[in-house]
Amino acid sequence: MKLNSNIPEGPLADKWTNYRGKMNLVAPNNKRRIDIIVVGTGLAGASAAATLAELGYNVSAFTFHDSPRRAHSIAAQGGINAAKNYQNDGDSVYRLFYDTIKGGDYRSREANVHRLAEASRSIIDQCVAQGVPFAREYGGLLANRSFGGVQVSRTFYARGQTGQQLLLGAYQALSRQIATGNVKMYNRHEMLDLVMVDGKARGIIARNLLTGKLERHAAHCVVLATGGYGNVFYLSTNAMGSNVTAGWRAVKRGALMANPCYTQIHPTCIPVSGEYQSKLTLMSESLRNDGRVWVPKNMDDVMAIREGRKTGNDIPEEDRDYYLERRYPAFGNLVPRDVASRAAKTACDEGRGVNQTGLAVFLDFAAAIERYGKAEAHTQGLHNPDKGTITRLGEEVVKAKYGNLFQMYEKITGENPYKLPMKIYPAVHYTMGGLWVDYNLETNVPGLFCLGEANFSDHGANRLGASALMQGLADGYFVIPYTIGQFLSKEIRTPKISSDLPEFEAAENATKERVEKLINIKGNQSVESFHRRLGKIMWEYCGMSRNAEGLKKGRQMIRELRAEFWRDVFVPGTADEFNPELEKACRVADFLELGEVMMVDALDRNESCGGHFREEYRSEEGEAARNDADYTYVAAWEWNDEQPILHKEELVFENVELKTRSYK
Amino acid sequence: MKLNLKVWRQRSNNDKGAFATYQVEANEHMSFLEMLDVLNEQLIAKKETPVAFEHDCREGICGACSMVINGRPHGPQQGTTTCQLHMRAFEDGDTIFIEPFRARAFPVVKDLVVDRSGFDRIIQSGGFVSVNTGQAQDGNAIPIEKDLAGEAFDAATCIGCGACVAACPNGAAMLFTSAKVTHLGLLPQGKVEHSKRVLSMVKAMDEEGFGMCSNVGACSVECPKEISLENIARMNRDYIGASLASDKTV
Repeated sequence: MKLNSNIPEGPLADKWTNYRGKMNLVAPNNKRRIDIIVVGTGLAGASAAATLAELGYNVSAFTFHDSPRRAHSIAAQGGINAAKNYQNDGDSVYRLFYDTIKGGDYRSREANVHRLAEASRSIIDQCVAQGVPFAREYGGLLANRSFGGVQVSRTFYARGQTGQQLLLGAYQALSRQIATGNVKMYNRHEMLDLVMVDGKARGIIARNLLTGKLERHAAHCVVLATGGYGNVFYLSTNAMGSNVTAGWRAVKRGALMANPCYTQIHPTCIPVSGEYQSKLTLMSESLRNDGRVWVPKNMDDVMAIREGRKTGNDIPEEDRDYYLERRYPAFGNLVPRDVASRAAKTACDEGRGVNQTGLAVFLDFAAAIERYGKAEAHTQGLHNPDKGTITRLGEEVVKAKYGNLFQMYEKITGENPYKLPMKIYPAVHYTMGGLWVDYNLETNVPGLFCLGEANFSDHGANRLGASALMQGLADGYFVIPYTIGQFLSKEIRTPKISSDLPEFEAAENATKERVEKLINIKGNQSVESFHRRLGKIMWEYCGMSRNAEGLKKGRQMIRELRAEFWRDVFVPGTADEFNPELEKACRVADFLELGEVMMVDALDRNESCGGHFREEYRSEEGEAARNDADYTYVAAWEWNDEQPILHKEELVFENVELKTRSYK
Repeated sequence: MKLNLKVWRQRSNNDKGAFATYQVEANEHMSFLEMLDVLNEQLIAKKETPVAFEHDCREGICGACSMVINGRPHGPQQGTTTCQLHMRAFEDGDTIFIEPFRARAFPVVKDLVVDRSGFDRIIQSGGFVSVNTGQAQDGNAIPIEKDLAGEAFDAATCIGCGACVAACPNGAAMLFTSAKVTHLGLLPQGKVEHSKRVLSMVKAMDEEGFGMCSNVGACSVECPKEISLENIARMNRDYIGASLASDKTV
């Protein structure tokens, strides 16, 4: 299969503008006659559904949640990047583009990333107009902060709840279109198959989760905006319901899964505390603006902390190893996520982890509290303030910036992070891989589009902080509304697609069979137990660091687990009712296949890049060693039960010189 | 810790529900939902039907989790969703009553799951700014006073969980609705359609079968995001203003 990225000709900075100017359009009278299915209503899906409906298309939108407002975009904390240069600190579209390409370890498409950087500015304008209450300065203008892997302040935020506010903006825009009737909203519906007619995506089979009924929905094209698949690791910062099923069903119908092994492990999460644990909680990267990461230098101190004889506060300054500041002086605590995560792993592998499991490092705000306290005292005209006053004032400043995060930390751990340094450890957070799409965000299946985290296109091998919200909204508000016309302009003579076509009947029957099969196994092990075992295999062999031997072993273990699942899983209840265990079973069944492809992809990529760290490929200093000569390609996998088939898209860099990524 | 659970079980909205009693072994580091996971694993091991409950992000922001614990929506802790409630808030040997959010406008789906789609329809009636994609001016074109933006934000933090409705003896959705009215009404971008918005959202709220407000204040006390009662006062004032001073009808 030849993968054509369909990147327009011309200079990088003009590609999108020129392409947009010459794109095929669908006239308003024809838009009214065209049906579009949007699956997933998070940032990407809701913004796409709303915008497509505003343009006049007939949109049907689907979510498995009880309301679009529950999508996991809502949990994004830190912020959204935009090349506004409001801070006058040298930011520009090019710099955002360059940072993203470099942050992604030179494994993303130049043209897509540049378009993303261009769209970033309009996103902020759009969100402000919708009433998103971004943080502001005293002069009433928008405030910014800095995130990992960059040296400018370009991150817009709404306290620690930026995702919530942006999602509510998109949800409200979507609600407005639902009210007009331009969007027909299907809550509590889960897509369980993609329907192809004459080689084009023409509909879906969805299960009404309240009644269990399988429904056929037909349209001229299908847009998937179904998020990431981090839950393949069982423990992740994803919501419990986040899953790969919609995307994976498309893969089973011929779509390609690109770079599935690129997983982002976020450095600052609350460490695992027990076997019963169901999910991990992120502490926003914005905390690294002010928090300093460290572990003790001496093993005596490590042991004393683990045994509760000492706390972090008892360790004198000279006995602390601020390892990020030591190893990466240029970026310090604000190195990109993959670098920070690996460094935490290294510190813990050396035995210097600071909790009972040995899998935690400190994130310490004492220095920031003192610094802010002194500045605040100065502002208030207090001369020679005592230590107590400085601490009190400093804590107030920190509270204003990160209050809700500190509160969340205290609720979960029972420790007060103003007084004791936080304990953090990396956890699975985001998946850069996803369905392969071209410049139009169209997959290799004609008429099937994919947006947001569900596609692979913009973040390469590592995503920079505050870029997920940017990409979701860029795709939904400012890319797909244009690019979908390239496909639909050829469909204006296509009459309404009938869901009575034999292809729909066949897909419905196949789905029914699969669901009933799961119910009828009536084995002895719960869905949850399989999911947990899968997660352990993934984390052990395809987690923060990987090696060929482990990947081969892991793959074999997954295949065995999958066979066991289909032999011995127990799904209570029936298929014809509200049955959350059945929903979970369908999702875990797909994770069991995806996990194997991730292993295969990680094994194929004999280099270390971004979130993909192969132990065999590292520099003398232990940093990731890329192999540009052999692996500057997108690995797009076609499903095959025996051996997934690799299709390559070579990445061409015309504007950026491939360098060893250095944050030193 | 050993716990006695009295859990509301109800097959569907048309079936009669009742409390069922279960014993579960938990530890203080578990979240409340993880404790229920343990219960469900026990039930599944005995081939019984697990307890249906809603949950998703488990970080206190999606608004999915929704149960009434010992008579209080989201349980005993101030400003905390059920998913953020940890078992250290309970004692060994405690008996815990777990029920769904109860309100006329929230019919039970199954066990602890209720239908809160009425909230969506209230938002659809006007909880937005009518601006199409691409029509916006520069984000910094209209300065907004920092404190005002903060006040709008405080109202906007509502997670749409419905605890306010469950807490209210009248099953009113005033806190939810007024939070959205306030969030948008305070900002210059939302001011333009403010009168129309407040009229249509109040109307939608009534049509969904939510009750009237009698200033009990339980909604704000139980709100996991601690949304202020002031929002209700503001909405009442603005509603009267819009009804009297404008010829708008909705």
